[in-house]
Amino acid sequence: MLYREAGQYKTNYAADMAVFPILQDRIGMAVILLVAFIVFPLVCTDFMLNAVLIPFLIFSLAAIGLNLLTGYTGLLSLGTGGFMGVGAYACLKLTTFFPDVDIIVWIIASGFFSAAIGVLFGLPSLRIKGFYLAVATLAAQFFLEWCFIRVPWLFNNSVSGAIEVPLRTLMGIPVTGPTATSLTRYLVVLSIVVAMTWVASNIVHGRIGRMWMSVRDMDLAAELIGIRLLRAKLLAFAVSSFYCGVAGAMMVFLWYGGAEADVFAIDQSFLVLFMVIIGGLGTLIGSFFGAALIYILPIALRAVPATFGLPIRPAAAEQLTFVIVGALIILFLVMEPNGLARLWQIGKQKLRVWPFPY
Amino acid sequence: MDILYKVFIDPFVQMGMAPDLLVQTLWDGLVGGVLYALIALGFVLIFKASGVFNFAQGIMVVFAALTLVGLHEHGVPAFVALGLTVVVMFVLAFGVERLVLRPLVNQSDIILFMATFGITYFLIGFGQLVFGGNPKVMIAQQLYLPSGAIEFKGLGGFVSLQKIDIAAVIIASVMVAVLAVFFQRTRIGRALRAVADSHQAALSVGISLEQIWVIVWFAAGIVALATGIMWGARSEVSFSLQIIALKALPVLILGGLTSIPGAIVGGLIIGISEKLGEFYWGPLLGGGIESWFAYVIALGFLVFRPQGLFGERLIERI
Repeated sequence: MLYREAGQYKTNYAADMAVFPILQDRIGMAVILLVAFIVFPLVCTDFMLNAVLIPFLIFSLAAIGLNLLTGYTGLLSLGTGGFMGVGAYACLKLTTFFPDVDIIVWIIASGFFSAAIGVLFGLPSLRIKGFYLAVATLAAQFFLEWCFIRVPWLFNNSVSGAIEVPLRTLMGIPVTGPTATSLTRYLVVLSIVVAMTWVASNIVHGRIGRMWMSVRDMDLAAELIGIRLLRAKLLAFAVSSFYCGVAGAMMVFLWYGGAEADVFAIDQSFLVLFMVIIGGLGTLIGSFFGAALIYILPIALRAVPATFGLPIRPAAAEQLTFVIVGALIILFLVMEPNGLARLWQIGKQKLRVWPFPY
Repeated sequence: MDILYKVFIDPFVQMGMAPDLLVQTLWDGLVGGVLYALIALGFVLIFKASGVFNFAQGIMVVFAALTLVGLHEHGVPAFVALGLTVVVMFVLAFGVERLVLRPLVNQSDIILFMATFGITYFLIGFGQLVFGGNPKVMIAQQLYLPSGAIEFKGLGGFVSLQKIDIAAVIIASVMVAVLAVFFQRTRIGRALRAVADSHQAALSVGISLEQIWVIVWFAAGIVALATGIMWGARSEVSFSLQIIALKALPVLILGGLTSIPGAIVGGLIIGISEKLGEFYWGPLLGGGIESWFAYVIALGFLVFRPQGLFGERLIERI
C-alpha cells in the first residue's frame, strides 16, 4: 500500500537511471542509515556490537569485494582469505613504520597492497577460466597463508607468531587496541563500510561495472566489442582485493584486536563465497543479506537450545548446527538459486502491485 | 650466484650422492600421488557425468571410512561392515540425486558447486553426530590389509617400502582398471559417456539422467570408500582427512577436469614433484612448502594448457 511509485514521474535520463529510482526506497535507505548510525549505538549492548554487528559489517564488505569479482565479472576466486590477510598484515607493517599517521588512513591504504597482490595472482585469469581459475586462485590462498606463518617480518617477529594490534587513536579517542570501546570501533567500521559500499555502487552502475558485466556474460563477445579483457579482469581483481584487504585489516584491527595466520585460512574464503552465492551473485544488497544469513544463522542456532532449555550437549549442538546449516544452504539454493537478493526483488514487486497478484 | 647454485645444482648433487634417499622420496611421492589420483578420480567421475564440481568428495572419503570403522566398533564383523558401508554410500548417492541434483537441474555450475558445499557441511555435522568427532583407527587387520615394511638394501643405504603402501598402489590400479573396463565395455558405461558428452542428446536417445547420476555418485562413493580405507590405514580416520580433497584439486586441474587418465597422470606428477620439492628445495624456503607447491606446479602447466593436460579442448563460439 505504501510502496507505490504512482505519481513519481521521471523527467530526465539521470533520474530514470538513479540507483534508487523510487522515493520509498530512498526513505528506506535513510531510515536504515539512521538506525545504524544513531539507534544501534544507543540501544545495543557491547556483546551485540562486538559479536554481531561489527563482524556482520566486515563480512559484508568482504562479500562485496568478492561479489565484484565473482558476481559482476564472473571470475570465481577462492583466494579471499589470503587477500584479506594481505590487508591485515600490510596494515600492521604500515602502522609499525609510521605510528603517528591516523590508523584509518592505513586501514584504507592496506587495501592497495592487497590490490597489488590480487593483480599478480589475477594474471592467469586471462587464460584460465571457470573452475580451473578457482583452483588457480587457491594457489594464492595457500601461498599467502604460508607466507603469513613462515615470514616473521610480517608479524613483527612476535614470539607468538600472531598480529598484536597496537593502541592507536583518532583525535584522542582510542580506535584500536585493548582500550578502544566497541562503540567507537562499531562507528568506524560502519563509516568505512557505508563509504565503500557507496563507491562500489557507483563503480558497478558506471562504465566499469558494465564492462565487467559484459565480460561475465561472455568474455569473447566483450573482447569483440572492444573491451580490453586483460585490463577489465585485472581491474576486477584489483578492486575486489582492495575491498577484501580493507575488510581483512578491519577484521584484525577493529574486531579481533589480534589474530594468527589461521584466521585467513581457506575456510574464510569459503565462508565469504557462501555469503556471495546465498546472498545473490551480482548484487550489492545480496552481499549484506548473505553476510547476515551465513554469519548470524549459526549464532542464532546455537542460542536456540539454550533459550528453550533443551538438554543438548554443546558438542552435539555444534554438530547439529553443521547439519542444519548444510541443509539450509541446499534448501535456499533449491528455493531460489539466484539468492536472497532475488527474493527481495520478488517481494518488492509483489508489494508494488498489491493487492493484485500481478 | 650462491642462490643459483643452491637452486639449480645442489639438489641434484644431493640426489646423486644419496640414491637411496632419492628412491625413497620417489616412492613416497608415488604412493601419495596414487592416493591423490584416487580422490581426483572421484571428482572426475561426477564432473564428467553431471558437470558438478563436487566439493564434497573429500568429506565423502571421511564419511565412508568413518561409517566402516564406526559400524565395526558397534560389533559388526569387518566384511559385513564393508558391505553395509557400500549400502550407505548408495543411500547417500540416491539422497543426493533426489534432494539436491534433481531440484537443481539445469542451474549454473556455481550454484551446483555451492550445493555440494551444503552436502559437505551436512556430512561433517551428521558424521560427527553419529560416530563422534574423535579420530579412529582404521580396521586394517580385520580387512586383511598387510602391515609392516619391506626393506631393500643397496643403493648405498636401504629403502623401506610400507606394505600398506604397496597394497594401496595395487588396489588403486585394479580400481582404475575396473572403472576403465566399466566405462568402455558395459552398457551403463556407454550411457555414462553419452551423458558426459551431452545431456540433451543422451536424454533424447532414452538414457535416464536420474539413473545415471545415482550410478556415478555411487561409483564416486565407492572410490571414496577405497580412498578412505587406504588413507585411514596410513594415518587415522579423522575429519582432518577431508583437507586431502584440497590437495587433490591441483591434480584435477593439471590432468583436466574431464579426463580419467588425466587424474592418474596428474596425481603421479603432483605426488612425486611435491615430495621432491619439499625434500630437496623446501629447506631453501624454510620448509612447509608442500601446502602450496602442488598448486604452483599446476598453475605453471595451466598457463600453457588452460584445459589441463588431458582435458577437452575448449572451443568457444559466439
